[in-house]
Amino acid sequence: MAFLDHVAILQVAVPLLAAPLCVMLPGRHLPWALTLSVSWFTLICSVVLLSEVSAGGSIAYHLGNWPPPIGIEYRVDAINALVLLVVSGISAIALPYARTSVEHEIEPDKHGLFYTAYLLCLTGLLGVTITGDAFNIFVFLEISSLSTYVLVATGARLDRRALSAAYTYLVLGTVGATFFVLGVGLLYMVTGTLNLADLAERLPPLAESRVVQAAFAFVVAGMGLKLALFPLHAWLPNAYAYAPSLVTVFLAATATKVSVYVLLRFVYTVFGHEFAFIEPVLAWLVLPLAVIAMLAGSVVAIHQDNLKRMFAWSSIAQIGYMMLGLALANASGLTATVLHLFNHALMKGALFMALGGVMLRIGAVSLTSVRGLAREMPWTFAALVIGGLGLIGVPGTVGFVSKWYLILAAIEKGWWLLALLIAAASLLAVIYVWKLVEAAYLQPAPQDRERVRDMPPDMLIPLWVLALANIWFGVDAGLTTSVAGTVVHAFLGGGS
Amino acid sequence: MLEAITDHYNYWLVIFLLMAGLFVTMTSGNLVKKIVGLNVFQTAVFLFYISVGKLEGGTAPILTGEPEQFSNPLPHVLILTAIVVGVATTALGLALVVRIRETYGSIEEARLQEADRQDELRAAAEQGR
Repeated sequence: MAFLDHVAILQVAVPLLAAPLCVMLPGRHLPWALTLSVSWFTLICSVVLLSEVSAGGSIAYHLGNWPPPIGIEYRVDAINALVLLVVSGISAIALPYARTSVEHEIEPDKHGLFYTAYLLCLTGLLGVTITGDAFNIFVFLEISSLSTYVLVATGARLDRRALSAAYTYLVLGTVGATFFVLGVGLLYMVTGTLNLADLAERLPPLAESRVVQAAFAFVVAGMGLKLALFPLHAWLPNAYAYAPSLVTVFLAATATKVSVYVLLRFVYTVFGHEFAFIEPVLAWLVLPLAVIAMLAGSVVAIHQDNLKRMFAWSSIAQIGYMMLGLALANASGLTATVLHLFNHALMKGALFMALGGVMLRIGAVSLTSVRGLAREMPWTFAALVIGGLGLIGVPGTVGFVSKWYLILAAIEKGWWLLALLIAAASLLAVIYVWKLVEAAYLQPAPQDRERVRDMPPDMLIPLWVLALANIWFGVDAGLTTSVAGTVVHAFLGGGS
Repeated sequence: MLEAITDHYNYWLVIFLLMAGLFVTMTSGNLVKKIVGLNVFQTAVFLFYISVGKLEGGTAPILTGEPEQFSNPLPHVLILTAIVVGVATTALGLALVVRIRETYGSIEEARLQEADRQDELRAAAEQGR
């Protein structure tokens, strides 16, 4: 069937073409309806793609029927099908939620432009994930980043700090992307190809080349900035804290995950584990940084009063977990990274959606302002608690599954201290989640605050879909672990 | 040693521009100057790509039928895309600077940080009531 043959390109082309259409739509509801339908369309595409590749195969789509290496190739296998599902799935769930939230937070005459930027961001993230061409990754990365800077800056209506956050993000994000493209240029210089699969074939004989090693360094540094690996995380806390609620939900759940995917792809597919110089980089650079991120991120999160910023710092810690699995480079570690990529999107999606509801009702999201609020917004805070339990890694939530594999990976290596540190970071998460629970459930509401109702149903239902997914994939991790197993097999089993 | 520099002077230039651009971006306190630094930084990468594509004695890649050596046109095409990305980034960055100037009344990073800190304190005081 024609549709099935072209799913790979439609996935990216439809949101890209919908974006300019969205500018021209009048009013507030039409742009939203268009974005909603496009999001659901991309979700259907990624479900189709994932079901085709979950057995371990891969789909190659040649753009304009030009075969690689002349043409650009889209290549889908288990790992990027999973990331595509995360990006489009979160977008599809967040959009029904968006209508009320965006109406509250964005100027009425700017909705068309806001959703246009959102669609471009979606296009970019899907494009980075699906493409099999190194330079194409850069182009899509910049499409998503530029629209992200705009989206973050739209938070300026509520808090002017969104502007300085967007500016910092722009400077650091551009430096990161430029590092990445410099690395790609060096790879092109020695191999004469930009196709990732071709690169993977041509690089191993060049393992001793200084140029290839420099390229690896530039790619890791560039992606490290984009995914906010400690100490390159400076842009993240304020960007998440002052962006509009919908943007925070979408970015926290997807943007850094896509960068983690790109790094996984380069470390394990393009360079591969034959490279002798990669192992020490992972063990002596990425691993210590990941551990510091895990601990420092959690410690700083404890001291935050602004809840959005608290969970942003917690994101930095959680990215530490993902990078730790990547750096451990054994089967359990990589399984943990792939699972956490998916699971963390569910947790942070739910948490930031709940905070968006608090923002809608009381106009602030700080520990002091949510005192006693759980009695008035019971459903919202119940979902917050579920997400928080996931961050801690309580059994029965998604967080437990990925941390279990991570601790297993550390023990397999015989690094008991590392396993203890992972557990310690989880205990730190208990502290900041408890601070939130204590404020919302145990403290009395301030006298001068008006009573509020719970979130409207159109925001509550998406939130609970995500919150229940947090429990579902924590109890029955069969689907996610089988996909992760396929991915790990492809990464460690001599390439796909 | 001297030959290593003169034979590859374009690469040395790229390294210098990269470092200079990054240095200005990271150390300058003025938001517009940071954007300028970012531009220099990106331009260095453009120069690098073009250098990679150039073949000594190679002509423009136009098929004339005679056997000739061509420069590789692909890096040039890639860089056209990267230039567009760079222009978009500069435009967006400057637009943000304009908004920041309107809202904060300054484009010095130190003043901005001070203003953000004051905002933080004021928010804390209001909620502590």
